[in-house]
Amino acid sequence: MILDGKTPDGPLAEKWTAYRSTMPLVAPNNKRRIEIIVVGTGLAGASAAATLGELGYKVKCFTFHDSPRRAHSIAAQGGINAAKNYQNDGDSIYRLFYDTIKGGDYRSRESNVHRLAEASTHIIDQCVAQGVPFAREYGGLLANRSFGGVQVSRTFYARGQTGQQLLLGAYQALARQISLGAVTMYNRHEMLDVVTIDGKARGIIARNLRTGKLERHAAHCVVLATGGYGNVYYLSTNAMGSNVSAAWRAVRRGALMANPCYTQIHPTCIPVSGAYQSKLTLMSESLRNDGRVWVPKKKEDLQKILDGSLSPVSIPEDDRDYYLERRYPAFGNLVPRDVASRAAKQACDEGFGVNKSGLAVYLDFASAIQRYGKSEAHSQGLHNPSEQDIIKLGEEVVRAKYGNLFEMYEKITGEDPYKSPMKIYPAVHYTMGGLWVDYNLETNIPGLFALGECNFSDHGANRLGASALMQGLADGYFVIPYTIGNFLSKEIRTPAISTDDPAFAAAEEDTRNRIQRLMSVNGKQTVEQFHRRLGLIMWDYCGMSRNAQGLQEGRKKIQELRAEFWSDVRVPGSADEFNPELEKAARVADFLELGEMMMEDALNREESCGGHFREEHQTEDGEAKRNDADFTYVAAWEWKDGADSELHKEPLEFENVELKTRSYK
Amino acid sequence: MKLNLKVWRQANGQGKGKFESYNVDADEHMSFLEMLDVLNQQLIEAGDDPVAFEHDCREGICGACSMVINGRPHGPNAGTTTCQLHMRFFKDGDTIHIEPFRADAFPVIKDLVVDRSAFDRIIESGGYISVNTGQAQDANAIPVEKEQASEAFDAATCIGCGACVAACPNASAMLFVSAKVSHLALMPQGQVEHDKRVQSMVNQMDLEGFGNCSNTYACEAECPKEISADNIARLNRSYLISSLTSD
Repeated sequence: MILDGKTPDGPLAEKWTAYRSTMPLVAPNNKRRIEIIVVGTGLAGASAAATLGELGYKVKCFTFHDSPRRAHSIAAQGGINAAKNYQNDGDSIYRLFYDTIKGGDYRSRESNVHRLAEASTHIIDQCVAQGVPFAREYGGLLANRSFGGVQVSRTFYARGQTGQQLLLGAYQALARQISLGAVTMYNRHEMLDVVTIDGKARGIIARNLRTGKLERHAAHCVVLATGGYGNVYYLSTNAMGSNVSAAWRAVRRGALMANPCYTQIHPTCIPVSGAYQSKLTLMSESLRNDGRVWVPKKKEDLQKILDGSLSPVSIPEDDRDYYLERRYPAFGNLVPRDVASRAAKQACDEGFGVNKSGLAVYLDFASAIQRYGKSEAHSQGLHNPSEQDIIKLGEEVVRAKYGNLFEMYEKITGEDPYKSPMKIYPAVHYTMGGLWVDYNLETNIPGLFALGECNFSDHGANRLGASALMQGLADGYFVIPYTIGNFLSKEIRTPAISTDDPAFAAAEEDTRNRIQRLMSVNGKQTVEQFHRRLGLIMWDYCGMSRNAQGLQEGRKKIQELRAEFWSDVRVPGSADEFNPELEKAARVADFLELGEMMMEDALNREESCGGHFREEHQTEDGEAKRNDADFTYVAAWEWKDGADSELHKEPLEFENVELKTRSYK
Repeated sequence: MKLNLKVWRQANGQGKGKFESYNVDADEHMSFLEMLDVLNQQLIEAGDDPVAFEHDCREGICGACSMVINGRPHGPNAGTTTCQLHMRFFKDGDTIHIEPFRADAFPVIKDLVVDRSAFDRIIESGGYISVNTGQAQDANAIPVEKEQASEAFDAATCIGCGACVAACPNASAMLFVSAKVSHLALMPQGQVEHDKRVQSMVNQMDLEGFGNCSNTYACEAECPKEISADNIARLNRSYLISSLTSD
């Protein structure tokens, strides 16, 4: 299979404008007849469905949630990047493009990333017009903060709830189109298969989760915006319901999965507290603007901390190892996520972990509280403030910036992060891999599109902070509304697709059989038990660091677990009713296949890049070592049920950026 | 810690429900939902039907969790969703009553799961700013006073969980509606459609069968995002003014 990324010709900065201005359009009278299915209502799905509705298409939108407002985009905390250069600190579209390419360790497509940077500025305009209450300065203009991996302040934010506010903006735009009749909304519907007719995606099979009934929905094309697959690890910062099933069903119908091993392990999450744990909670990367990461230098101090006889607050500065500041002086605590996570793992592997499990490091705000306190005292005209005043004023500033995050930390751990440092550890957060798409965001199945975290396109091997929201909204508001015309302009003579087509009957039958198979195993172990075991295998063998032997072993373990699942899983209840356990079972069944493909991809990629760290490929001081000569390509995998997946390569061509060793030193 | 749970079980919207009693062994570091996970694993292993409850992000922001714990929506802690409530706030030997949000406008689907789509329909009736993608001017073209943006944010932080309705003796949705109206009214971009928005959202709220507000402020006390009842006063003022000025 030849993978054509369909990158337009011309100079990088002009590609998108030229392409957009010359691509075929669909006339308004035809748009009214053309139907589009959008699956998922996160930032990408909701913004796409709303915008396609505004353009005049007939849109049907699906979510497994009870309301489109609940998609997991809502939980994004820190912010959204845009190359506005409002801070006059040297930002530009090119710089955002360059930072993203470098941050992704030179494993993404130049053309897509540049388009993303171009769209970024329009996103902020659009969101402000929708009434998104971004943080502002006293002069009434928009505030910015900085994020990992960059040296400018280009992140727009709404306290620690940026994802929520952006999603509500997109949800409200979607609600408006629903009220106008342009979008028909299907809540509590889960897509269980994609239907192809003559090789084109023409509809989906969805299960009505309230009744259990299988439904056929037809359209001229299908857009998937169904998020990432981090829950393959069981423990992640994803929501409990986040899953790979929509994308995986597409893979089972021939779509390619690109770079599935690229997983982002986020450095600042609340550590695991026990075996019952159901999910992990992120502490926003924005905290690294002001928080300093450290572990004790002396083992005897560590011992005293663990037995409770010493508080970390009383360890003198000289006895603390601020290892990020030491190892990466240029970026300090603001190194990219993959670098920060590996450094935390190394500190803990060396035995300096600061909790009982040995898997935690400190994130300390004491210096920031001092710094802000002094500056605030100065601006209030207090010339000789007491230590107490400084701390009080400093805490107020920190509270205004991160209050909700500190509260969340205290709720979960029972510890007050104003008084003693937070304990954090890396956790699975985001998946850069996803369905392979070309420049039009179209998969290798014509008429099947993938947006947002669901596709692989923009973040390479590592995503920079505050870029997920940017990509979701760029794809939904500003890319797909244009590029979908390339496909649909050739479909204006296609009448409404009928669900009576034999392809729908066959797909529905397949789905019914699969559900029946799950219900009839009637084994002894719960879905949850299998999911936890899968998660452990993934974390141990395909987590923060990987090696060939482990990946081979891990792959074998997944195959065994999958066989066990299909002979011993217990799904209570029936298929014809509201049955959350059945929903979970179908999702875990898909994770059990995806996990194997991730191992295959990780095994194939004989280099370390971004979130993918192969122990065999590192420098003397433990940094990732890329192999540009052999691996500057997108690995797009074709699932072959029961055999090795087949690898298809899309070479990555860099015409504008010189490939360099990524250094944050 | 050993707990006795009295959980509302109801097979579907048509059936009658009742409390069932279960014993669970929990850990004080668990979240409330993790404690229910433990219960469900027990039930499945014993061949019984697990308790259906709504949940997703488990970090207090998606608004999916919807249960009443010992008579209080989202349980005993102020400003906390059920998923963020931890078991260290309960004692060994406690009996805990768990039931769904109760309101005519939120019919039960199963056990603790209710249908809150009425909230979506209220937003669809006008809880937005009518701007198409691409129509926006530069984001910094209209300055917004910092304090005002912050107040708008405080209202916009509503997670649409419905605890306000469950807490209200009249099952009124005034806090939910007023939070959205206030968020948009406090931003200059939202003012153009303000009068029309207030009228249609209140109208839709009434159509959905929510009760009237009688100023008990239970909604404010139980709101996990601590949204202020001042928003209700703003909505009332706006409703009156827009009623007088519209034709």
